Amino acid sequence: MPSPAFAPNRYRGKLIVVEGIDGSGKSTQLSLLSQWLRSQGFAVAFSEWNSSPLVRATTRRGKKKEMFTPNTFSLIHATDFADRMEGYIFPLMKAGAVVCADRYAYTAFARDVVRGVSRSWVRNLYRFAIRPNLAFYFRVPLEVAIGRILGGRDAIKYYEAGMDLELSRNVVESFRLFQGRILEEYDAMAQEMGFHVIDATGSIEEQQELMREIVMKEIGDSLHNHVLRIPEGTPNDR
Amino acid sequence: MTGKTPLEFYAEPLPDVDISELQGKLIVIEGPDGVGRTTQIERLRVWLEQSGHAVLDTGMARSALAGKGIQRAKEGNTFGPITMTLFYATDFADRLENEILPALRAGFVVITDRYIFSLIARAVARGEDRNWIEKVAGFALVPHAVFYLHAEVKDLVARVVAGRGAFDYWESGMDYGFGKDKYESFLRYQARVIRALDQMAKKHEFRTIDASRPPDKVFADLQRAISKIVPAASKRKPVRPAAASARRARRPG
Repeated sequence: MPSPAFAPNRYRGKLIVVEGIDGSGKSTQLSLLSQWLRSQGFAVAFSEWNSSPLVRATTRRGKKKEMFTPNTFSLIHATDFADRMEGYIFPLMKAGAVVCADRYAYTAFARDVVRGVSRSWVRNLYRFAIRPNLAFYFRVPLEVAIGRILGGRDAIKYYEAGMDLELSRNVVESFRLFQGRILEEYDAMAQEMGFHVIDATGSIEEQQELMREIVMKEIGDSLHNHVLRIPEGTPNDR
Repeated sequence: MTGKTPLEFYAEPLPDVDISELQGKLIVIEGPDGVGRTTQIERLRVWLEQSGHAVLDTGMARSALAGKGIQRAKEGNTFGPITMTLFYATDFADRLENEILPALRAGFVVITDRYIFSLIARAVARGEDRNWIEKVAGFALVPHAVFYLHAEVKDLVARVVAGRGAFDYWESGMDYGFGKDKYESFLRYQARVIRALDQMAKKHEFRTIDASRPPDKVFADLQRAISKIVPAASKRKPVRPAAASARRARRPG
């Protein structure tokens, strides 16, 4: 099982996380999975990386003014994560919800290390995080992910492209190099963290089917016996 | 004692920092809320500047990056203890990298109002894992000296009442609910903070100063000790042009 010293999950709830580089399709898959879990009557909640209202203004300020060093970039994201843990995830897990997280501490393990922060330091930083019941890693070749990203959205932002690393002056080239290094970090930690690796080049349907199988196999019993269920007829669309 | 020369990091050297370039002195004033740190630092600054030293004074929640965010979060009273610890760590890191290090490179005397020790003490007082937060703070520089203004809780109460006229929500640890009201919570919380600071005193070679005495006596002690750390004006090398650049390097507000 995963080796970093995460806090063991002592709650009724279950924590499912997805990881992978931008363009791996992980968010689509998590969304499908959570809809399916809801349809089974489980109380499902959702948490996204970098979304704490408490920290948002600071992160925005740092990004806009390009004030971050690798160290402060790492710390502000850990602060954001801590706020979501303390204010949102811990209480939901206690209540018995299935919490689906789009990116988790592993994102910091990959990105921050690429930025030059030490592996052991960043792993310690997130020691307060609850150990996920399931962590899916959507593995995709770099070129496939780049194609998906460049084809379908707005300009890549400064930190997203890893421009602070000065790998290249060209944003797309910098993004490519940066994501490539992150991919290497993910691959390197897959075993250490006990990721369930999903081949993200497969069809959306195939990937989803595999995900659902793994969920039922790994935590199916506890889903049916322990987690919070929604009374029939109650809307559960969050 | 002249303090450690050159400076070093506790555990996690920051990339791209050449320790040998750090010509200045790093002096930490630690102590609980209401012990009189701010007053002493203001006097030290005036004294040092009059003696010809360039001084940077900095303190918690004053960073360009996170200072405002911390203020806002405190106003909302919705800070979990881990979040608070990490937000302050972010603030500290920003000041270390963007204020303290440039000032040390330029030969300034840096006086910092609190350091990682308060950060650790507050986290420990709230039941967080000491080992965790000590490792998180491992990128800090080992200061030339840490002056620990020590007082008992009863001394703090009198000062807080006389000076501020009220108990502050955060200084009383109300977020953690240490007591029924701010007074009771203040007593318990500050006692825990003091205990946590006391526990670090030996390991981190704090120079403990009895701050229950009148401020003039405390200042005299600080002056005597600091004059041994910062080179006397007559023995100092001529002021180098680099000294001015640290000021400019500081980012506005």
